[in-house]
Amino acid sequence: MTETQTGKSLRVDIWRGGEDGWLDSFNVPRQPSQTILDVVTYVQRKLDASLSYRFSCRVGMCGSCAMTVNGKPRWTCRTHVDAVEEDGKIEIRPLRNFPLIKDLAVDMAVFFDKWRDAGARFMPRDGASLKFAEVDPQSPARKEATAAIECIGCGVCYSACDVVAWKPDYLGPAALNRVWTLVNDERDADPEAHLAPVAGDAGCHACHSQQGCSTHCPKSLSPTAAIAGLKRRTLAALLKGRL
Amino acid sequence: MSGRLELWLFAAQRLSAMILAPLVLLHLGVMIYAVQGGLSASEILGRTQGSIFWGGIYGLFILAAAVHGAIGLRVVIKEMTAWRGIVPNAVAALFCLAVLVLGVRAVGAIT
Repeated sequence: MTETQTGKSLRVDIWRGGEDGWLDSFNVPRQPSQTILDVVTYVQRKLDASLSYRFSCRVGMCGSCAMTVNGKPRWTCRTHVDAVEEDGKIEIRPLRNFPLIKDLAVDMAVFFDKWRDAGARFMPRDGASLKFAEVDPQSPARKEATAAIECIGCGVCYSACDVVAWKPDYLGPAALNRVWTLVNDERDADPEAHLAPVAGDAGCHACHSQQGCSTHCPKSLSPTAAIAGLKRRTLAALLKGRL
Repeated sequence: MSGRLELWLFAAQRLSAMILAPLVLLHLGVMIYAVQGGLSASEILGRTQGSIFWGGIYGLFILAAAVHGAIGLRVVIKEMTAWRGIVPNAVAALFCLAVLVLGVRAVGAIT
């Protein structure tokens, strides 16, 4: 493969080791349309094979490659160096709010455990698979679900959330956003049953609406809006004696 | 039960905020208005003492402030300190009580 060299180089500081690790500096040649993932891959393949990081699809579909780039959580595969470099420098750290395994690879288990704890799982009605569900795309509930449904579980919102940082058991924006889609899913066996798991101390009411999640979501979703919806629906259910 | 408690506190927090917002504006507005004409303390007390209106307004103000402040303090303690269990609830309840006692005394003194 022929690489188009621009003659310039980029100084890249990359987090190494565990929680008490350090930053290692590398010089990486600049290329047109170079992404942060390209940079990390160059370092791992050409400069230091011991660098650990995670990626899969490289095109913004899988949600594996999120890291903290110059202080902000981002998909590295969809972030161009041109868009984020500051004076020819880039600092790449692992995602915040996740236990660190090594270098840029974080442990996502706690993140997905919270999806489970939030009850963020579709529960079909008995026999629902036997007939085609007709869902009106213009119905208010479906519009709410549509606005929130495209999450691919990359963890960027969870990393951006200050409430997660302050309150480690908080379920977090991604899990709550997913629950909001189920509450609005008329195919679910009992949409209202999804409210109780998110009405506790670690649930939707812990959100301060700071909108870090919505600001950084690479899919431009608004978990803040979904959480606000859950706040309204849980309160309504409480007042009706259904919670 | 934990879930319900959080929800009731959330509701009380929002309700008290809705009460506080106009009352704070009224409080500031009346203060600024009252001092423009150089009213003395005794002249102000002459208007507030025996007034069911001002007693009611400030009684409601104190109640809303005690509830709102205590619930907010509970959240701050839970997020910013390592205190867990009964401590945040106890501190918040004591704060609520203190604001109520001091506030009721103050309202009693001017009405």
